[in-house]
Amino acid sequence: MKERPAPRPPKDRPGPLEYLRRWPLRIMVGVTLLFLYLPLMTLMVFSFNDSRRNIVWEGFTLKYYEKAFSNASLIEAFSNSLTIAFATTVLSVTLGALAAVMLWRFRFPGKTAVEGGMALPIVVPEICMGVAMLVFFARVMPWPQGLPWPANLGAIIIAHTSFAFPFVATVVRARLASFNRELEEAARDLGASEWRTFWDVLVPHMQPGLIAGALLAFTLSLDDFVITFFTAGPDTVTFPVKVYSMLRFSVTPEVNAASTVLIVLTVVLTAAGLYLQARSEDRKKG
Amino acid sequence: MSYSQDAVSSQSPAPDKAIIRFEGVTKRFGRLAAVDDVTLDIREGEFFALLGPSGCGKTTLLRMLAGFEIPSEGRILIDGVDIASLPPNKRPVNMVFQSYAVFPHMKVSDNIAYGLRMDRVAGEEIRRRVDDALELVKLSGLGERMPDQLSGGQRQRVALARALVKRPRVLLLDEPLSALDAKLRDQMRAELTSLQKKVGITFIMVTHDQDEALAIATRCAVMNRGMLAQVATPSDLYEFPNSRFVADFVGSVNMFEGVLERDEQNEAVVRCADLSAPVYLDHGVTGARGSTVWVALRPEKIEMHKRGPGQQPFKMEDAPQGANVVAGEIRDIVYLGSETNYEVELEGGRRVKTFRSNLTRYDQEDFVQDEPVWLAWHACSPAVLLS
Repeated sequence: MKERPAPRPPKDRPGPLEYLRRWPLRIMVGVTLLFLYLPLMTLMVFSFNDSRRNIVWEGFTLKYYEKAFSNASLIEAFSNSLTIAFATTVLSVTLGALAAVMLWRFRFPGKTAVEGGMALPIVVPEICMGVAMLVFFARVMPWPQGLPWPANLGAIIIAHTSFAFPFVATVVRARLASFNRELEEAARDLGASEWRTFWDVLVPHMQPGLIAGALLAFTLSLDDFVITFFTAGPDTVTFPVKVYSMLRFSVTPEVNAASTVLIVLTVVLTAAGLYLQARSEDRKKG
Repeated sequence: MSYSQDAVSSQSPAPDKAIIRFEGVTKRFGRLAAVDDVTLDIREGEFFALLGPSGCGKTTLLRMLAGFEIPSEGRILIDGVDIASLPPNKRPVNMVFQSYAVFPHMKVSDNIAYGLRMDRVAGEEIRRRVDDALELVKLSGLGERMPDQLSGGQRQRVALARALVKRPRVLLLDEPLSALDAKLRDQMRAELTSLQKKVGITFIMVTHDQDEALAIATRCAVMNRGMLAQVATPSDLYEFPNSRFVADFVGSVNMFEGVLERDEQNEAVVRCADLSAPVYLDHGVTGARGSTVWVALRPEKIEMHKRGPGQQPFKMEDAPQGANVVAGEIRDIVYLGSETNYEVELEGGRRVKTFRSNLTRYDQEDFVQDEPVWLAWHACSPAVLLS
């Protein structure tokens, strides 16, 4: 009997669906990642560049971080941004969750119009929202000037909430679609009032949506430029607005350093949010 | 001190007392009456089944009892008290939902304790009663699990324990076995029955599965288009249906339209167009002579023979010569293990279902496709229906 060549062990050959082990997909993945992250990497790398002008690499330094952290107006803008983002998140999650529950739970005349109206801040061009806010706070409801911090940020917080909460509502609404109404009835049947049922059954179900919505609201608020630019006064500068004003003089590594800090902060917060979400899923599984 | 003794001792020993009374209850959704003028008593300690096809109003009736729907008309009394104005959380009934509705974010023990916490029962007692309830549904030791670590059958037990731990006057079960696979369903049937006997609480079950209702319930109400078609024990429903709907819905049946030809004190004759022989009955019926009636004949009550009347060993001694025997040919044979189903085509073309138990491993008679046979039945077997 003739000896056949041993077939290659199956581990060597990619399976029918293992596209990641074939070169076309590998190249696609590589190019995508490069395209996404190369600009960001450049920004970060050049924040360590020992050069006043940000064009050629002249050596490693941390002095622009020092400079950025000792720049009082930059730090103030930064803390303004965080405060605004935090307040916006709290307001948007509350408002968005309530709106989502209302739209999911009740039938009322004009519901479709309300749903459409809620989506409006998502689709309206940001520049229009910005102008609208400018006019609103100039003519209809002027925010008092010269209030102590953080009350002076009120106008920006209101503006941010108005465009962030529809995102929260959308996410929470999607989550509610998978809610089993029998859970609510079971709680009522076992003796819970409507209020207890809301907290004991509905809110735990909404939780992943609330976390995702909070992350969205926070990041939307933190890096919003256009709307903030139109609502911010001279003493309520936020981080993106400050960076923009710094850029008008020159692109120094200081701007890079500040941006890097913001990126790292955003990534850390997002990771924390995702971790919390994963943990709450895990806890369900035990 | 076991849970079951507690539950039994807290009840008054009055087995025939109506615990629940529906008085002319109607529920309309828009112009459609989902429940139409239902008057029904359910007695203490019963395992009562509401049976009917989907959309017959049985679930609506149950949900009105639980408080999730408000009757458009009529009254619902529990222990003689009208509960129409009570919200679900104030009613002395608890429900096991079709989807079980076990809270996914709570441990098994927290699920079971939930109702007790709502009632502000003391912590020590909660722990004791939760343990008892877990033991009752055979889930001891699983209190720390999360619901998604349980099988479907176990989740249902959690739902049962969660409802029973509150010691309701009445336990409501919405299609309790529909989500289980066949093997588990049989096991759970038996367990529900023994559980009900053990705790002594009145159970009301909604189901569309007539086998389930016959197997479990002590009494059934068959519903059709929002109305009660018949309320009776399982065997009465099966053997003495009061209408074509009930005869057809409960079990399998051969239905023949005919004319009531004779009706005496203890015999009656119906002549059916589809049957070559008259149907003879050894009891009178209540219809008017000459009126249209329907003869319902259960498949297992039809005997199948290879030889015709007069030829030995064929004999159907309780009917006059020529009655209750018809000829046909076997058209379809379905072997089911414990029994074999046959479909026999009569001379007029009408097909009749019948079956034979496979009493021995080799069928002595060995009926085959297209074989001419005789079908016969006893004079007491057909049910004559007036509507």
